[in-house]
Amino acid sequence: MIEVANLSKRFGSTLAVDGLSFTVQPGRVTGFLGPNGSGKSTTMRMILGLDHPTRGSATINGREYGAIRRPMHQVGSLLDAKAMHGGRSAYHHLLCVAQSNGIPRRRVGEVLELVGLSSVARKRARGFSLGMGQRLGIATALLGDPEVLMFDEPVNGLDPEGILWIRTLLRSLAAEGRTVFVSSHLMSEMALTADHLVVIGRGRLIADCSTAELVASSSQSYVHVKTPDVDKLIEALATVGADVVEADQSLRVTGVGSATVGEVAAREGVVLHELTLRQPSLEAAFMELTRDTVEFGGASTLQIGA
Amino acid sequence: MAVPVTIGVPNVLVSEWTKLRSLRSTYWTAIVAVVVAIGIAILGCSSFVRHFSPSDLHGFDAASFSVQGLYASQILLGALGVLTISGEYATGMIRTTLTSVPQRRSMLVLKGAVFAAAALVLGEIASFGSFGVGQAILHGKHAGVSLGDHNVLRAVIGGGLYIAVVGLLAFGLGALVRRTAGALAAFFAVLFLPSALIDLLPSSWHDTVMKYAPANAGTQIMAVTRQHHMLTAWNGLGVLVLYAVAITGLAVYLIGRRDA
Repeated sequence: MIEVANLSKRFGSTLAVDGLSFTVQPGRVTGFLGPNGSGKSTTMRMILGLDHPTRGSATINGREYGAIRRPMHQVGSLLDAKAMHGGRSAYHHLLCVAQSNGIPRRRVGEVLELVGLSSVARKRARGFSLGMGQRLGIATALLGDPEVLMFDEPVNGLDPEGILWIRTLLRSLAAEGRTVFVSSHLMSEMALTADHLVVIGRGRLIADCSTAELVASSSQSYVHVKTPDVDKLIEALATVGADVVEADQSLRVTGVGSATVGEVAAREGVVLHELTLRQPSLEAAFMELTRDTVEFGGASTLQIGA
Repeated sequence: MAVPVTIGVPNVLVSEWTKLRSLRSTYWTAIVAVVVAIGIAILGCSSFVRHFSPSDLHGFDAASFSVQGLYASQILLGALGVLTISGEYATGMIRTTLTSVPQRRSMLVLKGAVFAAAALVLGEIASFGSFGVGQAILHGKHAGVSLGDHNVLRAVIGGGLYIAVVGLLAFGLGALVRRTAGALAAFFAVLFLPSALIDLLPSSWHDTVMKYAPANAGTQIMAVTRQHHMLTAWNGLGVLVLYAVAITGLAVYLIGRRDA
């Protein structure tokens, strides 16, 4: 479990992370979303003890990263594909990390096999493609068989096959009961991979909820209704407090769910030709949320079922 | 999973040794540093023998003459010392290093120790190698000395010690500056600027600056006979050690405070 409490980081006059608090639970994939420059990487760096917080704290299983005795056994991380020396072979890169944490040498071979790099184990990392670099970074994270995994933009630069591989890996790691925390700016990817989302903008928490809840909470969600008896339905819906907009011989109803709309119509004997809950894509929901932060600066936090 | 108690000193030493030996640049630099020292001994001693006249023997320090190639080796091994740590910052490896060993200060001390030990071994190989080759040539004119002669063993062992301490100094600068170019510039400045800029200083300072400049102080260990206005062999090396420890110590202090 990762716990971030009132975490802030100031670089000169810029407040990169501003009073951030959230918890990442084991057994599910938690996506960490935010536009570029929103403070995702800085937050991850503080969790890993690379940057010192200006205020607040970040702990993993109750300990600050620097106080973890053999961190590779507890936390595996991929910060970017280039956290390695290009002149060193994949094998030796993994070996030196393994040795520092007392991990047996045979584990190096196992993780190379796991990420599919066995055939290039003795090749220098400088010649690796971005995708191979990501795989080596993931192999490094998995060396100590840790309970907590953190990946910063793991699908960056991967081909479709590689993206599918990462998605499957992340889900299986979470299914084993591990804590999996993944940042991305690819909303569509997170929609497929993440069970839970932490969304930040300008270093502040915007949402901490399940992927489904994020989509449902969007103001772009509405009930789409088609009926030959428009006026009667509008009148009836007004009595239950729904907001109705008429467009193209159909109604766009917000404020009540599709069940309520159907029940009202049945009670009034209004014929319906169509009754659909229309939801935006995660991408659109995300854009809407982060646009709010940009427009209103300190937009209030949306906290649903966290 | 049974998690061992803590990262031990041997874990970090073994890991840092793997890092050092798994880079091709380490081997090339090491080989060239030794070859250059021995090559300069061959060239210098051959030239001395070729143009020999008996009067050349007056005040001639055959031991330090044969190991003068170490002045070139120190540049190569110093550059390797800088790169050992600045290369981690340049490539991003430092983030892997610091997440696998979050005890930053201990990590840096042990990394420096591994490099200094490697530099010591290479320095001794270069020093004894060039001494042996040089004396073999000088013996042709009976100008050579042997390790049993007064202060000669100290001078030759001292050559390797000097290389190790200069290597540590370079490593400390690399850890302090973190950028390869800047750290190399600082390293060359520390080694060569005091002598180069001596004339710009008030003349009353000359003796002190020449005495305590890092390179001048440290190289006294290679002199069989004490040079005029200079520190004694061990005091001189001690002064160089102080510079190296102070710079590395500052880097060790700062690595705990700075963002990586």
